[in-house]
Amino acid sequence: MRKTGTRLAAWATLLSASGAATADYAYNLQAPASQIARDVFQLHNWIMLVCLGIFIVVFGAMFYSLIKHRKSVGHKAAHFHENTTVEVIWTVIPFVILMGMAYPAARVVIDMKDTSNPDMTIKITGYQWKWGYDYLNEGVSFYSNLSTPREQIENTATKGEHYLLEVDEPMVVPVGKRVRLLITANDVLHAWWVPALGAKQDAIPGFIRDSWFTADKIGTYRGQCVELCGKDHGFMPIVVEVVSEEDYAKWVAKKKGAADVAATDNTRTFDTAELITRGQKVYEANCAACHQANGMGLPGAFPAISGSKVATGPVEAHIDIVLNGKPGTAMAAFGGQLSDADIAAVVTYQRNAWDNKVGDAAQPAQIAAARGGSEAAAPAAQ
Amino acid sequence: MSLAQTDKYYLPQPSIWPIVGSVALLLMAVGGTMTMREIDGGLWILLAGLAIMFYMMFGWFGEVIRDSEAGRFNKQVDGSYRWSMSWFIFSEVMFFAAFFGALFYTRVLSVPWLAEGDTMQQLWPAFQATWPTAGPGLTADGFQFTPMGAWGIPAINTLLLLSSGVTITWAHWGLKKDKRGQLILGLAMTVALGLVFLGLQIYEYIHAYEELGLTLGAGVYGATFFMLTGFHGFHVLVGTTMLVVMLGRSIAGHFTAEHHFAFEAVSWYWHFVDVVWVILFVLVYWLI
Amino acid sequence: MSDAAHAHDDHGHHAHPTGIMRWLTTTNHKDIGSMYLWFALIMLFAAGSMALLIRAELFQPGMQLTHPDFFNQLTTMHGLIMIFGVIMPAFSGFANWQVPLMLGAPDMAFPRMNNWAFWILPVAGLLLMSSFLLPGGAVAGGWTMYPPLFIQGGISYDLTILAVHIMGLSSIMGSINIITTILNMRAPGLTLMKMPLFVWTWLITAYLLIATMPVLAGAVTMLLTDRNFGTHFFNAAGGGDPVMFQHIFWFFAHPEVYILILPAFGIVSQIIPTFARKPLFGYASMVYATASIAILSFIVWAHHMFTVGMPAAAQLFFMFSTMLIAVPTGVKVFNWVATMWKGSMTFETPMLFAIAFVCLFTIGGFSGLVLAIAPVDIQLHDTYYVVAHFHYVLVSGALFSIFAGIYYWLPKWTGHMYDETLGKWHFWLSVIGMNIVFFPMHFLGLAGMPRRIPDYALQFTEFNQIATVGAFIFGFSQLIFLWVVLKAIRGGEKATSKVWEGAEGLEWTVPSPAPYHTFETAPVVK
Ligand code: HEA
Ligand code: HEA
Ligand code: HEC
Ligand code: CUA
Ligand SMILES: [Cu+2]
Repeated sequence: MRKTGTRLAAWATLLSASGAATADYAYNLQAPASQIARDVFQLHNWIMLVCLGIFIVVFGAMFYSLIKHRKSVGHKAAHFHENTTVEVIWTVIPFVILMGMAYPAARVVIDMKDTSNPDMTIKITGYQWKWGYDYLNEGVSFYSNLSTPREQIENTATKGEHYLLEVDEPMVVPVGKRVRLLITANDVLHAWWVPALGAKQDAIPGFIRDSWFTADKIGTYRGQCVELCGKDHGFMPIVVEVVSEEDYAKWVAKKKGAADVAATDNTRTFDTAELITRGQKVYEANCAACHQANGMGLPGAFPAISGSKVATGPVEAHIDIVLNGKPGTAMAAFGGQLSDADIAAVVTYQRNAWDNKVGDAAQPAQIAAARGGSEAAAPAAQ
Repeated sequence: MSLAQTDKYYLPQPSIWPIVGSVALLLMAVGGTMTMREIDGGLWILLAGLAIMFYMMFGWFGEVIRDSEAGRFNKQVDGSYRWSMSWFIFSEVMFFAAFFGALFYTRVLSVPWLAEGDTMQQLWPAFQATWPTAGPGLTADGFQFTPMGAWGIPAINTLLLLSSGVTITWAHWGLKKDKRGQLILGLAMTVALGLVFLGLQIYEYIHAYEELGLTLGAGVYGATFFMLTGFHGFHVLVGTTMLVVMLGRSIAGHFTAEHHFAFEAVSWYWHFVDVVWVILFVLVYWLI
Repeated sequence: MSDAAHAHDDHGHHAHPTGIMRWLTTTNHKDIGSMYLWFALIMLFAAGSMALLIRAELFQPGMQLTHPDFFNQLTTMHGLIMIFGVIMPAFSGFANWQVPLMLGAPDMAFPRMNNWAFWILPVAGLLLMSSFLLPGGAVAGGWTMYPPLFIQGGISYDLTILAVHIMGLSSIMGSINIITTILNMRAPGLTLMKMPLFVWTWLITAYLLIATMPVLAGAVTMLLTDRNFGTHFFNAAGGGDPVMFQHIFWFFAHPEVYILILPAFGIVSQIIPTFARKPLFGYASMVYATASIAILSFIVWAHHMFTVGMPAAAQLFFMFSTMLIAVPTGVKVFNWVATMWKGSMTFETPMLFAIAFVCLFTIGGFSGLVLAIAPVDIQLHDTYYVVAHFHYVLVSGALFSIFAGIYYWLPKWTGHMYDETLGKWHFWLSVIGMNIVFFPMHFLGLAGMPRRIPDYALQFTEFNQIATVGAFIFGFSQLIFLWVVLKAIRGGEKATSKVWEGAEGLEWTVPSPAPYHTFETAPVVK
């Protein structure tokens, strides 16, 4: 069954339009780059072929009838309106055909669900609107944001080749390794999907659900969040870079070095100007999606920070809402996402940007104190 | 329309009550939303909507009762009422099924998931799947409550509702044998049992909120507890109200031994509310 | 109101309220049927305009006409209104007009409740539509209302939840009325197995509605309390689960999609025999197939959730049960083809739409089958492939059957023939336009374009442009439809009682237009 399926599938692939020879199938699933994706690709071709066959038979008959049995060519209506034998036959045959589809499908389901014996495990967290990656074995953590400039989206600059499918920090994995993904979310549902790798899994806040892939070839694979997650659902892409094992080791070492530098930031004192410059970057990456770059928010959905009572009132309350968020609203707890230095910077920036001329600053030490050293432990710095 | 036709069918005239009801619903929805969103004036709109709704029910049901007493409802109409009441109760069964489904799902599936494997290790360290639970996050924050025991008020309430099922049947027998005294007494007892039930449930809720720390916000146990018992309690309230109407009509001499579907409908409804309670008693109070 | 009750006693023809009051207070199934249909048509233009705005934004990459949040509002409202405000009311309109006529009954079983079931719909519509004007805009969480996103939103989310409650109430009252009418008001001699197939499909649809609408009510009530009263049904921190909402929602919403198609099957099963001049093939098996679809529809819901991370056994169960639905649906398709076989066919507009229905619905059914295959669905879930699937079953399925039904019965309702030439124009533009919009979406989905996004990567541009062009062709050809309907109401060639040469059934025994009161004395069916 599986053999024939595969052969027919290959056939269908050939039939299916021009792109068969190149890797780009404009009329079919993306070119697979993992065993699972390949299985799915072939399964889909097989099902399509069967459906096409049935369609041709059924509508061949119907169009024959439409042409031959019309009144205008003088056809007289017959009077039959029942035939048990025929009816039984066309109940049983579809059933048999379905079994021919169900069997290969069931095998793929079982393969997909088997996440045992991974070579490495990565925890992936969906945020509004970015992805967080934690390499559980290597101890590397970072966030991955859309890197397409605003101007391209607003049509004031020409769009790049990977428009909307590019990020600042891609997920990097070694080729040929079985990668297990632990997928969850921080705020609302998201879904992590890279078509060519055949892995898609909803990210559910409060639960971990796993998936896996083994990438066949070195290369860059792109995907997107595929579960409606609010305003910028269309703007949280996924990029996976599959590299050789040596390159992977180099990448891990580099990441670790950068983390050490950032960690010292959390213990030193900054001057206000420095905080504001740094804060603006943090703001644009994390807050502007809702509160807007001009600090005016979107009335009715996201409050303005410019002129806000919180951002011009006591600094403690301001730190509190950024650290702990506001449950039941889109304002997430950033304590788990940003380092002490970054929170200090963004708070300082908000207090001094636009119409807010408070003039004071928050230092990393204050943030650490506000965390109370307890559960909301700072994430490893980026 | 002709005389011949009224022998078989009953066709009411144009009626203003439906559109009055629609206006009421509009006001209730707008007022309700404003109240929930804490916008001034919402409560007044909500109350106005409710008042209009009651006005509509008085008017509409009054019309139906008058038509019935005038003998306009023949066997055919009676059949329609029977079918429709059965389907209505079926829809209520499905409404409760949604909440019982939620109880089943959390108890049997999702709470255990939270306490095992990667979900527990990565997100909710040390969470244990017990029932009742306020859930991993609230528990970790130190939230505590005491679940509601089965053998105090709930057990008494079970007895009350079961007896009320008996009294209403007894009243029905009275009606069928044309013993008006038995009918009225049976109904009065049923109403009384319903009222005591409601009183005890209010007491139980106050107890839960003030002494047990058991609130709507007490995790998924609190949520399912109050939604199931709350919607049930609301149905008891509606049922009791309908019983009061039946009592009033009985005293006013309505119904005959053969023709009293309104009464039967209310008793079907009451039995349905009864059965829901028994399931609820077992699944919500007892088996924890 | 005692006046009305009094007036009734003399059984004469009394002064009915006139003007707007006639429509507000009417208890006549024909009036109410017409109101449902007009409501649906207005909503079609409203939700269709939103679709055109969506398509215009998606004409090319980059944000042009909308903002991301507004785009999500458009998508959500388009879906909600099309389903609850167009297809469902339109089918209720057909039921109101046709069920009493087909059963030989003078009216519905509960004429006043019938009026109420209609008149709360505009209330719900008002609540939904007005939220566009509120701060924060309309709901933007998708018609599926998944938490936690749906918990986050502002005031319009509460209004939407209440609107859903009200629409549910309307459907439940409407369905109880229809079921009771069918079970209790049939003309003497009209046994269940002699009922027209349209009546059968509505009987089963009404059953589905009564069984599932309360479940939806429960689900959105939990959303409401999670939003406003501090419960934790869908919040893991309190022991709940966001996925639980999906289970409850789809337990409603999968049967709901059959609610949106079974009456369509009924309409088509009336039309094809008429124009093939040959009785419906396999009447009994049609009835059994409809019932099987309804029963199966309760055990397949999680095929919308293959990516939530269910255990393999659950995936396999839902995959197999979903695939099974192809069998009874196939029986229907084969029966329609067999009805045409060796008939004596003519191709008036209703027949054209019915034939297009059979063919294009099957394409939608096949893409449904592709999605039922769990591993394939995991690739295609939440992509435009799904959008293509459900528009094939909803637009060329449900909506086309509604067009077919309107053309078929309009002469009976208005007493005038519609303009056949314009009807044919409407048909051909619709069929061609519809395929231009939705066929390329299959390719978009396969290539990896997610649904519900306001902007997309460059490789998706061509197919999106084709789809947008198609959408405008399809959308504007609906203005022809509006024109045909208005024209037929205002005049035209007089229709005979039978209207169509091959028509059979009680509705064709009364004059055209059908008098205000029909079957005051029940006909006897032999
Ligand atoms: C009228 C509405 C309608 C109808 C009738 C159907 C019919 C079917 N649908 Fe569809 N569906 C929707 C409306 C509908 N659907 C909507 C609105 C959504 C999206 C919701 C959302 O997420 O917003 C959806 C989504 C949806 C999904 C989830 C996709 C996803 O989100 O990932 C799936 C998966 O299984 C599915 C499957 C099916 C199947 C198997 C059928 C079957 O009933 C089809 C059966 C018909 C045939 C198969 C054709 C005729 C048969 C023959 C000619 C016989 C021979 C055939 C064989 C032997 C193969 N549908
Ligand atoms: C019965 C249901 C139904 C119908 C008929 C339609 C009809 C159409 N739909 Fe769809 N659609 C859904 C149900 C339906 N839809 C659902 C359930 C969703 C999912 C929502 C969600 O994700 O939550 C969806 C989503 C959806 C999307 C995906 C959006 C996204 O994911 O972001 C798109 C995109 O192209 C689309 C397009 C269209 C188009 C072009 C039509 C066309 O057929 C419309 C044709 C247009 C008209 C009929 C209007 C004519 C108007 C004029 C000519 C202007 C004149 C104006 C006035 C007189 C006021 N729809
Ligand atoms: C997903 C959307 C979103 C993002 C991203 C976001 N916020 Fe917010 N924010 C909100 C919402 C919604 C509120 C309003 C909460 C309420 O109802 O009180 C809010 C409120 C605030 C307030 C209080 C304003 C007031 O006057 O009440 C501050 C300060 C704030 N956010 C800071 C930040 C900072 C700093 C960041 C980034 C590190 C950020 N926000 C990112 C949605 C967001
Ligand atoms: Cu994240 Cu969509
Ligand atoms: Cu479905």
